[in-house]
Amino acid sequence: MMQKIETLFVDLADWFITWLQGWGIPLAWADAILVVVQFLCIVAIVLFNITILVWLERKVSGFIQERPGPNRLGPFGILQTIADALKLLTKEDIIPSKTDRWIFRTAPILFMTISVMLYIVLPFGKDMQVVDLNVGLFFFISVGSLSTIAILMGGWSSNNKWSLIGAMRSVAQMISYEIPLALSLIGVVMIAGSLRLSDIVAAQDNIWFIILQPIAFLTYFIAATAELNRGPFDMPEAEQELTAGAYTEYTGMRYALFFLAEYTNLVAVSALASTVFLGGWQGPWLPSWMWIIIKTYIVLLVFMWVKWTFPRIRMDHLMSFSWKVLIPVTLVNIVATGFGLYIFKGIGG
Amino acid sequence: MNMNDAVFIILGVITLFGAVGVVSFNNIVHAAISLVISFLGVAGLYFQLQAEFLGLVQVIVYAGAISVLIIFAIMLVMDRDPARTNLTHKINRWWGGLIAVLFAVFIGLAIRESQFPVQAGSSSSERIGQLAELLLGDYVIAFEIAAILLLVAVVGAIILAKGAKDQ
Repeated sequence: MMQKIETLFVDLADWFITWLQGWGIPLAWADAILVVVQFLCIVAIVLFNITILVWLERKVSGFIQERPGPNRLGPFGILQTIADALKLLTKEDIIPSKTDRWIFRTAPILFMTISVMLYIVLPFGKDMQVVDLNVGLFFFISVGSLSTIAILMGGWSSNNKWSLIGAMRSVAQMISYEIPLALSLIGVVMIAGSLRLSDIVAAQDNIWFIILQPIAFLTYFIAATAELNRGPFDMPEAEQELTAGAYTEYTGMRYALFFLAEYTNLVAVSALASTVFLGGWQGPWLPSWMWIIIKTYIVLLVFMWVKWTFPRIRMDHLMSFSWKVLIPVTLVNIVATGFGLYIFKGIGG
Repeated sequence: MNMNDAVFIILGVITLFGAVGVVSFNNIVHAAISLVISFLGVAGLYFQLQAEFLGLVQVIVYAGAISVLIIFAIMLVMDRDPARTNLTHKINRWWGGLIAVLFAVFIGLAIRESQFPVQAGSSSSERIGQLAELLLGDYVIAFEIAAILLLVAVVGAIILAKGAKDQ
């Protein structure tokens, strides 16, 4: 029984392939169709998950601020997000007359596409990965870096100074924090000896990398918070001074797409944290795909906790923190890891 | 036509259309975004050649960073009509065309003269190892000098932007 649940999704994929072949479709094309289906599944999971996440975020912020949060629609207000989504879908799609129409329209779509692409390399369980790329971790970082362009497109095409300032801040922040983000992952890569995410999970068979690389986990977490433009690093959006940053002129579903993409990124970054530092899908008793969900949600809750606890940091402090604190710390961590590995290998063999 | 050819043609069309867009858009920010599309097409071509690492470097360095740098630079220093530099300009387009033709001829000659030995059998991760050994082993001095050059350029840019304080 346990075995069946463990391999449920892998079996489903195998069954799908044989079913397609039964229709006389060659194996290569069946594989290609499977990849498309997997991608659509990811999109469906992401969209469904976000309705829960938005509700969770509002509940957590309510709990921290000692108020009930959404509590009218459905049990514990869980249907609130669905009502909000329906409202956003039915709203008028306003495109201001002085905007750059094409870029204004494509920016949210591009942002969402990039966010979903991050999931291609994430291992959701044992043998559950759309593509097991040999440079999976690098794929995650480099595709993630493209989202700066989408934000810049949105901010520039809005033809509004708050949007442009928001976009500029956001891009400056994301480019600066990309460096410590990548550098903090290098320590893990050095120990695992591979950029392939399944190898990194396998290397944590005995001990999780959060124990071997506690500083890297901390710097990764801080840099990821800044990459996601989340509080306390949410200067690009800073509601009180820039209304909504790059998203100011967006309405209805286009705004909702940006919003969705931010949560999609949040889940992706949390899933990467649990894959790289918390042992990935490995765990006792429960099936592997359940473990990755549990771990991802724990990291997510910490992200929410941090967002609603700390006050926002000033822009210049934010930038100097990245360049003067985080980057040196991550560099020292890499050197220390190198020495540690050298000594360890010297003793071991 | 098999799947491989189809993918190659699609990626090639994306790359070329992006490149044509760079020179033909009147709005310079549109040109910069078109450049990103072209870069992504090239990254896709690397992926098709099973050089995933190079493809991702192309994405992170060119599409992710250089293009943002270009857009920033355009926004900060654009003080004259961007139409001066594109195909619609009367005089500059002839100079631009001449330089482009010369460049194409020389690159073409260089490609014709070069030999590209194909090593079969090495897996993609082995090739990354070979690349690392070349960069950090045989050519480490050139690699480090390039790094220092970039550092000097960054420091110089900061001093130019902020203005050196008098002692």
